[in-house]
Amino acid sequence: MELLGFILVDGLIYGAWLFIVSVGLTLVFGVLNILNMAHGSLYAMGAYATASAVGAYFAFGGTSFEFGSYLVMVLAAIAVALIIGPLLERGLLRHFYGRDHVILVLVTYGVFLILEDVIKLIWGVTPLFVSEPYSLLGNIEIGPLYYVTYDFLVIAVSVIVGFAVWFWLNRTIQGKVILAVIHDREMSQTMGVNVNKVFMISFTLGVFLAALGGALTAPMISVSPGIGVNVIIVAFAVVIIGGLGSIEGAAIGAVFVGLARAASVHLLPEAELFIIYLVMAVVLVFRPEGLFQKTQARKI
Amino acid sequence: MSLSIVKTTKRSIFKMLAAGALIGTAMTTAVQAQDGEKFKVGVITFLSGGAAESFGVPAWNGGKMMIEMLNKGGVLPAPYDKPGFGGMMIEPTVVDEAGGATKQVQEFRNLVQREKVDAVVGYVSSGDCLAVPPVADELKAFTILYDCGTPRVFEEGSYSYVFRTAAHAAMDNISLAKYLTSKGVKMDTIAGINQDYAWGQDSWADFVASVEQFSPNSKAGTALFPKIFAGQYGSEISALIREKADVVHSSFWGGDLQAFVLQASPRGLFKRSQVVLGAGDHVIPQLKNKMPDGVIVGARGVNGLAARPRGDELTNVLWEEYEKRHGVFPVQAPFRMWQALLGLKVAVEKAMEANGGKKPSQDELAAAMKGLEWTAPSGDIKMALAGGHQAIQPNAIGKTQWNKEAGKMELVEIEYYDAECVNPPNGTKAIDWIKAGFPGAKCK
Repeated sequence: MELLGFILVDGLIYGAWLFIVSVGLTLVFGVLNILNMAHGSLYAMGAYATASAVGAYFAFGGTSFEFGSYLVMVLAAIAVALIIGPLLERGLLRHFYGRDHVILVLVTYGVFLILEDVIKLIWGVTPLFVSEPYSLLGNIEIGPLYYVTYDFLVIAVSVIVGFAVWFWLNRTIQGKVILAVIHDREMSQTMGVNVNKVFMISFTLGVFLAALGGALTAPMISVSPGIGVNVIIVAFAVVIIGGLGSIEGAAIGAVFVGLARAASVHLLPEAELFIIYLVMAVVLVFRPEGLFQKTQARKI
Repeated sequence: MSLSIVKTTKRSIFKMLAAGALIGTAMTTAVQAQDGEKFKVGVITFLSGGAAESFGVPAWNGGKMMIEMLNKGGVLPAPYDKPGFGGMMIEPTVVDEAGGATKQVQEFRNLVQREKVDAVVGYVSSGDCLAVPPVADELKAFTILYDCGTPRVFEEGSYSYVFRTAAHAAMDNISLAKYLTSKGVKMDTIAGINQDYAWGQDSWADFVASVEQFSPNSKAGTALFPKIFAGQYGSEISALIREKADVVHSSFWGGDLQAFVLQASPRGLFKRSQVVLGAGDHVIPQLKNKMPDGVIVGARGVNGLAARPRGDELTNVLWEEYEKRHGVFPVQAPFRMWQALLGLKVAVEKAMEANGGKKPSQDELAAAMKGLEWTAPSGDIKMALAGGHQAIQPNAIGKTQWNKEAGKMELVEIEYYDAECVNPPNGTKAIDWIKAGFPGAKCK
């Protein structure tokens, strides 16, 4: 029973992190129909920006109000989104709308490679540390184990982010406009919807979510070149399980993967690497479109 | 008669003087030829990717610095005070190791066939160290593997032109087990977290086998092998804490090790178990006091913080210059680069002594390197294994302790192990030697 509790807690912590790093990917696919391979680099950008900003915050007197570092993390993610989002979407991606998925995969993969080098140009190869926000909230004792309270903050943020994105898409006028664009771009355009603006806002939001994932992860790791590579792989696994373009699917997929991985580490460590892809394979056998993707008639 | 003797003597003296003059002229010509000559070294190491900041970049920082010092001459203490390699200026060409084994084989061919380097010094990745040697032998290109740890290079292969100037990984884990034993650390149960590739798997196997020799009742429990560069270890840390093992072993390196320490430390893993890190020294400059006290760490040789307390002149000169240039102390990677370059210098000069002072051929270099012994900042290096192609070297293990006054991490309670104590003898596979109870080990 105790073991089950550990699996549940570990799985939820990992699942929450997975959701935050993958929700932006599924949002961008849902709205823009782009498999954004650069998502991992945007996550890394968020982590680097956070490491620099929080480092500067503490260097310039932030120690008097350490909790302000959490606000700095969010601001760093917003800054990344506002700079890179419109630039990428307006400057590059819009030229490829309507093209084959493979073209866009190649284009965003190119962006991924460029951004990886841009990161090295800006921040170099020396790792950055900002572990202060990680230890700021202390520990929580659950049975014989200590957990870092920050991990539960990540769970809380993921719930808030998930709910906010869902609410925005389903309960606001702007969200309904986006859903209309997703459903039928041409029809929305003829009804007077500024589709370009919708695309830019949605892509920028996707960049913000990727950068927020990086910002929340930065205090737990050493921020160094290459951190975005692995993230893109697990993020793809999560959104494929949930169904490409589905926010609810990404949430359920992330929890599935988180719990499966935690169970594997505790019960069958040999299967740890394999388990994520086993879950994905099983889901795809029974639901080839993912858990929450409805089969759609193809428009000709 | 006496006149005749005088005449003969005069003639002999004249002949001798003439011969001497000829030899002198020839020698001068040879030295002059060398004066303008260069020795081209291809250096291959990670300049980008996950292993760059931990190994590749510090190694090249150290290598570049040493080449400059050697070319200048008179900077390093004897016997390394003569300029360059036997008077030839060293000209390095550095290549990024990123990109995988196939790319590296191509890069190696480029260096040898297009750049016409006289020697190649390279490779951090065990995969590259396994892929390049057959090509080196095919091209008859003198090659030094300076960093990688897998014992398989010479345990499963035999090469004429390939040498590894650093000990392989078995030494690290044997030393850890010896240290735990000598310090009386309880090790009834051991657990491990290692990266899921040859380095991690071999390190864990060597450590478990070594502990079993010193503590036969010891039980190996949870063995976790997360993917390299995973970054998130929450579940693994829970599993390790739940296990309550006496000792937790890890051969993690780079960002993975830094993330593991940052995540495990606040959760109390380092207090609940004695954590041992086979290659842990290189993250100390970045982690500083975030690395907990009392962690048992190795540096894959008497490198980094383990080398400094011995205070020999060679180490001090290199240490101070490195700190001055890079604002951080040298960790294990520059030490391994230094021992490779110094070994190459000794081999080149030995070959030149044998061939009358000419720039040595690839065969002459290989012959000189075989079984060579030299002194490096990491101690006395001996090419004692694999028929003189694989080095053995002394090792050191210590405990971390943060010095508040100085604001820096120190290694305390350091124990040094002779090369012959923690490395298998020639012709024996490391794991077989461990399982046989270290026969023939020479330990003080």
